[in-house]
Parts: sequence; C-alpha cells; structure tokens
Amino acid sequence: MATVTDKRTLEVALSTSGLTADGKPQRIPLGAEGLTTPSQAMEPELEGEHMLINIGPQHPATHGVLRLVLELDGETVVRCIPHVGYLHCGFEKIGEYRQYNQIIPWTDREDYLNSMGNNVAFALGAERLFGIEITERCTVLRVIAAELSRIISHLVWLGTTCIDIGAFTPFLWSFQERENVYHLLERWTGARLTTSGTRIGGMIADVPDGWTDQLRHFIDTFPKTLDECQRMLNKNAIWVGRTVGLGVMSPDEALNYGLSGPMLRASGVAYDVRKDFPYLDYETYDFDVPVGTNGDVYDRFLVRQEELRQSVRILDQALKRLPDGPVNVDDPRVILPAKHKATSEMESMIHHFKLVMEGPRPPIGETYVPIESPKGEKGYYFVSDGTAKPARWRIRPPSFVNLSAIPKMVEGHLLSDVIAINASIDIVMGEIDR
Amino acid sequence: MSDLQLSYAEPAFEIVHPGQPGDVPATPKNVPHKGGAMNPSVDALRAQFGAAIGRADVTWNETTVYVERLKVAEVCAWLQSDSTQSYEYLSDVTAVEHRDAMRPLEVVWHVRSLKFRRFLRIKAEIPKDGKTPLEVPSVWPVWKGADWLERECYDMFGIRFVGHPDLRRILMWEQYREGFPLRKDFPMRGRFSRSEQLTQALAANPEARYSMEELSIADAFEDLPSEMRKRLTDGEKTGE
Repeated sequence: MATVTDKRTLEVALSTSGLTADGKPQRIPLGAEGLTTPSQAMEPELEGEHMLINIGPQHPATHGVLRLVLELDGETVVRCIPHVGYLHCGFEKIGEYRQYNQIIPWTDREDYLNSMGNNVAFALGAERLFGIEITERCTVLRVIAAELSRIISHLVWLGTTCIDIGAFTPFLWSFQERENVYHLLERWTGARLTTSGTRIGGMIADVPDGWTDQLRHFIDTFPKTLDECQRMLNKNAIWVGRTVGLGVMSPDEALNYGLSGPMLRASGVAYDVRKDFPYLDYETYDFDVPVGTNGDVYDRFLVRQEELRQSVRILDQALKRLPDGPVNVDDPRVILPAKHKATSEMESMIHHFKLVMEGPRPPIGETYVPIESPKGEKGYYFVSDGTAKPARWRIRPPSFVNLSAIPKMVEGHLLSDVIAINASIDIVMGEIDR
Repeated sequence: MSDLQLSYAEPAFEIVHPGQPGDVPATPKNVPHKGGAMNPSVDALRAQFGAAIGRADVTWNETTVYVERLKVAEVCAWLQSDSTQSYEYLSDVTAVEHRDAMRPLEVVWHVRSLKFRRFLRIKAEIPKDGKTPLEVPSVWPVWKGADWLERECYDMFGIRFVGHPDLRRILMWEQYREGFPLRKDFPMRGRFSRSEQLTQALAANPEARYSMEELSIADAFEDLPSEMRKRLTDGEKTGE
C-alpha cells in the first residue's frame, strides 16, 4: 500500500483501480503540490469566456426528448434556450380526420401519465358539444379515474425527481404504488397506460366485480407509502439543500407566465380548476388545495405531496357515494345499442352501423372545457361545423406553457440545479410536442 | 391500521379554499346550446372600445367576442390591467381555419379572470382574400405566457404575431419548408413525398442543429467551417 499522507488521498487511493509499475495502488494527488485542499489550487484565469452546453434531446434527466442549450459562465447559467418538437406527431391535425370517439385513443398518448384524466377531459368537452348530461354513476367513476391518474402522474414525478436529485429509494416505493394503480386501471379498461377509458356519454365499461374492494385496499395502504416518502425526504438535508430557493417564481410572475397546476399553486396562487370552474360535481367533495409560499422547487414538491393525500381523500369520498345505476346515458345519438339487440333487431343493427360508420354529429358550435390535470389546466377546444369530425380540435397543453418559463427559472442558477428545476416542472414531452 | 407513529413536518404552505364558502361555483348542468347569460365584460368592452368590438355570442355558456384584428393587443392590455375586469390569466392562443374556404381565418385567445371567475373567448378574423396579411398584434407584452403559444400558432398556421420578440418555429424545425401543417390546404401526409422528406433529412447539416446565435456563445464559432462563419457574420438565421 502506498504511503497515505492524508484522508483525502486515502479515499482516492482506495477508489482507484489503476496500479503503479511496482504493483502498488496509484495515488492521484488532489489539488496542487503543497496545498491541503483542491479549492486552494490556482485555477487558470478563464477571462470570462462563456461555454456552450447542450443537454438532450437524449438525456435521462430531461424526462423525454427535451433539449436545452445552455450558455454557462463557469458553472452559472447565463442563458437557456429550450428546444421542443422532437416528439411532434400532429395530434391536432389527425383529430380533424377522425370521428369524436376515434380521437379518444389519441388523448391517451399525449400526456401518457394522465391518460384516464385526458379521456375524461375529452369526454367532458365532447359531451358539452353534444349537449349531453352524463349519469350519476358515470360522474363518480370519472372522478375516480381522474384522481387515480393524478396519483400515477404525481408518483412518477416524485420517483423521477428523486432519481434526478440523487435519492433512489423513494423512486422504488413510488413506482411500486404506481403499479398498484395500473393494476386497477388494467382490470377496468384492459390497458395500463393507453386506457381509452371514456366514450362520449359514458365509459368504456363499468368497473368489474370486486374492483371497488381493490381500490379500497389501495386507499387504505397508499398513505403509508406517502408517510414513508415524507419521512425520507421532507427534512432530508440533501433533499432540502438541493431544492430550497431554486427556480423561484413570484405569484405575479407565475400568473403572467401562464403557469398552472402545482407550479402555480406553489407560487401562492390558489387557482385550481376543480374549485374555481368545477366539473364532475367536484364542488361537493371535501378536499383542500395546498398552496405554497416561496414558489421554489421544494414548495412544488410539498404541494404535489399534499395533492396526493387530497386525491386519496377524494377517492375515499367517491367510493362511499358511488351510486348504482347505468354508466352510459340513454341517448341513441351517441350510445351504441346493446349487442344482443344489434344482432337480433334490424333497427338496432342499422343504428349500430350508422353510429360506427358515420359517427355521431354534434350541433354547430364550439366549446372549451378545462379540467385540473396533474400538470395544470388541461382542456380540449372543439370547433364543430355540424359534421362527424371536428373542424378544429385543440389541446391546451399545461406542461407546454409551464416549460416555456424555464429560461426565466434557471438563469442565474448552477448547471446542476437546472436538472432539479427542470424536474420540478413535471413535463411530459408527449403533451408538449403533441 | 398502521403501527407507524409519524411526526409530520411543519407544512411550509397554507391550505385554503379559494373563494368564500357559499360563493363556491357549481358544476354547470343542462347547459343550453345558445342563449345563456353573456359575460358582462363584453358590455364593458363596448363602452371602452366602441366600434373595435364586433359581434358577440354565447355558445354552450361560453362568451365569444369578436375584436377588430389590429386592436387585439390594446383590448387585451385593458382587460388585464383594468381592476373591474382583471383577466390576469391567458389560457390559450390558437387559431381556427374552417373547412368552408370562404370563411375567414380566426385567431382565438382564451382568457380567464381568476378574481371574478370569468372566461372569455376573444376572436379576431383574418379574411382569406389574399391581400390581408396574416398578422395580428402579439399579446406577449401583456402576458409572458403567450410566448410559446404564439410561436406554436405561427408554426402551425403561419399567422405572424407582430411584436413577438422571437417568432420562430417551435414544434417543426426551422428549415421546414412544407408549409403550415394545421392549414386546411395542407394534406395530412405532408406536402413532400416520403422519399423527398428522407432525402432532405439525410442531407441536413448536423451543425445546423445549433442556431447561429447559439454557436456565437462560445468559441464554438471558431471551430466552424469558414462558409458557416461567413453566413453567421452576414447575420443569417438558420438552425432550430
């Protein structure tokens, strides 16, 4: 073993696999000769020269195909130029060539962490356009679907952000719980991510037998995981040190930049679509809206953490009140006849054929019904010209608008903090690029 | 029951119910197709701007007001700053092209007043007569959130937002030459054939992934081929 002069050299010696010519571990001195710590070494003068750093589009910490071009002064970000569009698929264009029910699978694929929530948002908008009032059971089922999606999305956010900042364990815990929600969705709709769970006027199916018991079990066990994550992170010196005071947005700035969802609420603006412009009878549920005070990454974490608890509260109330009755409305304009009728009665068969081949036709008009998605205000803007396909189908993408504030948030921070700030926005590139 | 006894961290946030109890809005039911209550901001707009405000209608309880094309930024600035209106939130900027080729192109702004819980759809019409430029004023000075929304609208429809600080393509790449995808005369498969699209993609210059502005950041500029350096010096803007 080489002579060990101080502790720092020892650590390097132990961690270095290379050996010297005489078979001894190679010593790599840190810092210049005669100095005790590397920070006391003389750095060559950089003469204020700036550096160009490219992050992405293929980078694990950008949560998708986001590309950031950064101008650095030393380690400080001077300018950030984001590039999006690598996942652009033209969903809005495709929607103009599809019947209303045929668009629902596309809504799964934009914000793929919130697919049930998107299905609900689409169905709500389309039903407003058709002038349909859904049944009570359907309303409650959709609340359950939307809140389960919120839990999935926030859990993925929590897990991936922990990975970005360097905590591995909460990632495993949150992804395990997420898997439990996916089991629920899979039993209900047949798919984990691409659920396509709603139809205009109802749902793809009623929940299967025993499903509510499984959901009840999830509601009972999930808060324990939340408590564990809370104990792990909330007072963790590394976590707090990596998140507090980063990417601060004041309430006025956050509003002016069009932020929504947890991003806006962490800045102290209590705008929640469920409370301010309610849908699905959210005003009858008892839940709170967490609001931050500092608008930094830590507050966004706290807000999302509390939203998970509030989602559990809403799920609990929804399960208690879930009424019996039909899921689909009794409206022949949009709902297919029963299968046994379609195969035995001529009129029902024609009805089925016309609905599938021609599609339901809404009256001329336009509407925009937003919902509170995990990312923020999410809504679909429909323009109907009376035909079976929308003249315009517009996705209002919350994480697109939230991401547009990233230059404002990262400039002046360190390069390593860019990762934390980017993670705190909770972007899904499928929704940003559409 | 959990056997864990947890000590909760002090919450760094306050939990509030927005609005007063009893003032909580309700889920709209049985929304009429036409003829709901009109947003009172329309009358206020008429009083303030007179002839610049066109017709207004209520469809599915949402008020749409047509504003003269060149007055939009002025109207929006007033809506945002006036304390009786307080439209502090810009929800969306987009455009609508109807299948009927005679109908004008419509630019749509969805604005929201969180204070009064109002929603207003502002529209400006651009006639497709070939003479009127596809231009509207940018609302970026009013709401910074309009930045990317206007860029996307320009990218997809070719509508220029006058006054936007950095109006360039956002979802499509800067060298995209096939036109504006959400226009009705744009075929769903694109204008160019697949082989033409592939040829162009293969011929693309990897250096063009950076804009000239970005390359000017560091000494990356010095490493460029002389031809690109010349283009940069001439002020040409390429790249994404």
